[in-house]
Amino acid sequence: MSPIRSPEGTPASPGGVNRTGKASPAAAVKDAALAALVAFGLFAMMVGLRTEIGPEGALVLRQRWGDVAILCLLVFLGRLVLSLWLGRRRIAASTAPGRWTARLQQAGRLFAPAMLAVALTLPAITQGDRYLLDLGILVLTYVMLGWGLNIVVGLAGLLDLGYVAFYGIGAYAYALLATEFGFSFWLGLPVAGILAAFWGVLLGFPVLRLRGDYLAIVTLAFGEIIRVVLLNWVSLTGGPDGISGIPRPSFFGLPFTMSGGEGSFAGTFGLEPSPSHRVIFLYYLILGLALLTNWVTIRLRRQPLGRAWEALREDEIACRALGINVTITKLSAFAIGAMFGGFAGAFFATRQAFISPESFTFIESAIILAIVVLGGLGSQVGVAIAALVMIGGFEIFRDLGEYRMLVFGGAMVVIMVLRPRGLVGTRTPSIALGQKRAISGELVGEGHG
Amino acid sequence: MPLQVLLQVQDVTMRFGGLTAVDRVSFAAAQGQITALIGPNGAGKTTLFNCITGFYRPSEGAILLHPPQRGPGAAPVALHRLAGHRIARAGVARTFQNIRLFPGMTALENLLVAQHNALMATTGWGIGAVLGLSRYPAAERAAVEKAKQWLHATQLLERADDPAGALPYGAQRRLEIARAMCTSPDGPALLCLDEPAAGLNPRESEELARLLLAIREAGTSILLIEHDMGVVMRISDRVVVLDHGQRIADAAPAEVRADPKVIAAYLGEEEVA
Repeated sequence: MSPIRSPEGTPASPGGVNRTGKASPAAAVKDAALAALVAFGLFAMMVGLRTEIGPEGALVLRQRWGDVAILCLLVFLGRLVLSLWLGRRRIAASTAPGRWTARLQQAGRLFAPAMLAVALTLPAITQGDRYLLDLGILVLTYVMLGWGLNIVVGLAGLLDLGYVAFYGIGAYAYALLATEFGFSFWLGLPVAGILAAFWGVLLGFPVLRLRGDYLAIVTLAFGEIIRVVLLNWVSLTGGPDGISGIPRPSFFGLPFTMSGGEGSFAGTFGLEPSPSHRVIFLYYLILGLALLTNWVTIRLRRQPLGRAWEALREDEIACRALGINVTITKLSAFAIGAMFGGFAGAFFATRQAFISPESFTFIESAIILAIVVLGGLGSQVGVAIAALVMIGGFEIFRDLGEYRMLVFGGAMVVIMVLRPRGLVGTRTPSIALGQKRAISGELVGEGHG
Repeated sequence: MPLQVLLQVQDVTMRFGGLTAVDRVSFAAAQGQITALIGPNGAGKTTLFNCITGFYRPSEGAILLHPPQRGPGAAPVALHRLAGHRIARAGVARTFQNIRLFPGMTALENLLVAQHNALMATTGWGIGAVLGLSRYPAAERAAVEKAKQWLHATQLLERADDPAGALPYGAQRRLEIARAMCTSPDGPALLCLDEPAAGLNPRESEELARLLLAIREAGTSILLIEHDMGVVMRISDRVVVLDHGQRIADAAPAEVRADPKVIAAYLGEEEVA
């Protein structure tokens, strides 16, 4: 016997795996018998013996040894199959991404352009189907929010549980500017983004020293504070009644009116007035905003600022030793992430024409964070897929009623078990001398604040 | 040739509550030399290092840097008053006892992050670079060239695109030194190494010694904490010995080796009067 045992050869693990990676049947049978013995020890008490109330009211011990035998046999067979099947897999030490990851990545290269093509042509594909376009708008809003939060959580590694606050600030900023001061959408949008970024910096200052769980708690509190302020500052925000009558967007000054007269969108372009024009316009608007978020993120990742964010996520102390101003770098991540949240909020306000604090509850933050985590921290494609699956999937299961929460939770658990680092768990280097090779998620830091 | 002082440590004391980790230590590191800081475990070497590199603020005393490019008459930089990230900008780079690379980033990316400040200056607050309207592409090419030069010097060029966390231990040590060397445009004035030979095999230690001598030739002075006495005695120009937070010797390597106080400190004997 070789004194060296592979880590898989320990008795507790799938038995019979020797160093060449082949399972020997005898060892597998022995291992399965052992498992069956353990199962017998457990099931003999739990299943084999059962107390029941007898006909005279006294306790009677009922024995069910047949059931125990079936259970033990199932455990035996299951364990046997498992160890023979797992035993065939070769165990190799490697930090390279796994086989599935590499395949997913190849698929991903085609997948992203394909998704973009579908997104661009969706109004044509659906032929103006109102329901599907509305769903598309909803999904894209979450894609944009996910990409925005990805800057803070995925790149800079700052766990932010209050991202919805910036979404809310953007929405209220635009709603108030438009209803009180008559700002147009294209003027209100950047102002809403800048205001959200300003609040991002304001939140950033006190929490700079905090890390990990503490940062998460404070950002969570910030999100709640903003919501409570919106709810209670009745003179400004209308409190629980919200703000209604927010101007709908116009096509660069041409309103979408049903009359189709002179100066309206339909009239100017000589089209039949249709309510779907506005929906299609809104769809392309959010698509454009989401792509802007994506473009800026991709550009920034290849810039010193983006690299500093990722370095910050990997090791903050090393960053300081290299002369990187950690304060400014963290604040810039907060501000830019918040700005895109603010843009999305302004879009939300103009689309709904009505906003109230109810739209900005903690569950929204949780959903956005779940999208980022499920998609894979730092991965743009992953976040887009996760948003599609989570928001779109939630709609598909609408018929299940109460049970869809269950399906939803189950799906999340399954994904996290199969792919613990998210759908796209690898990191693509921002620059390479030769070919860019994906970096396995195990090496990449998850961020601790 | 008269030696010019680069780093001056004056009566530095560092207290953590009731514990005095460093007790009125003074020494000077000369320009163009390798100064070693040695002592038994717990002598206060790393604490002193953290004071010099801005991770701790000394309780008392002063740490002054006389950067050579400023000329001999210029006022020194008071490192003990600078914010942590400004110390690297002043020309002091460091490595860590337990390697602190960015494991999920490639070797090349690690070296580019080190050049953050120089690169950031060319991007126009990042906005110009996002729009593609700045001097950034040229600056990045220069930064990659510099990184390649250091990867070559540390024999890591073939592994430039590998994640730093996947490199062997010795390569990670070399990469951390390369990263520290990339922090200033012309190389830092002072490179502080915290046990760079820890965990290296004899051949790797030999390579490390050669690398450090080459760095010194290129004009960067070195301050070195090291337990490997072979390396210390071979390459150091001056050795400062700490024990229980106090300086017990400051001399050339040969003298230090013969100093009874140093021998006593290392072997744990009663101090020889």
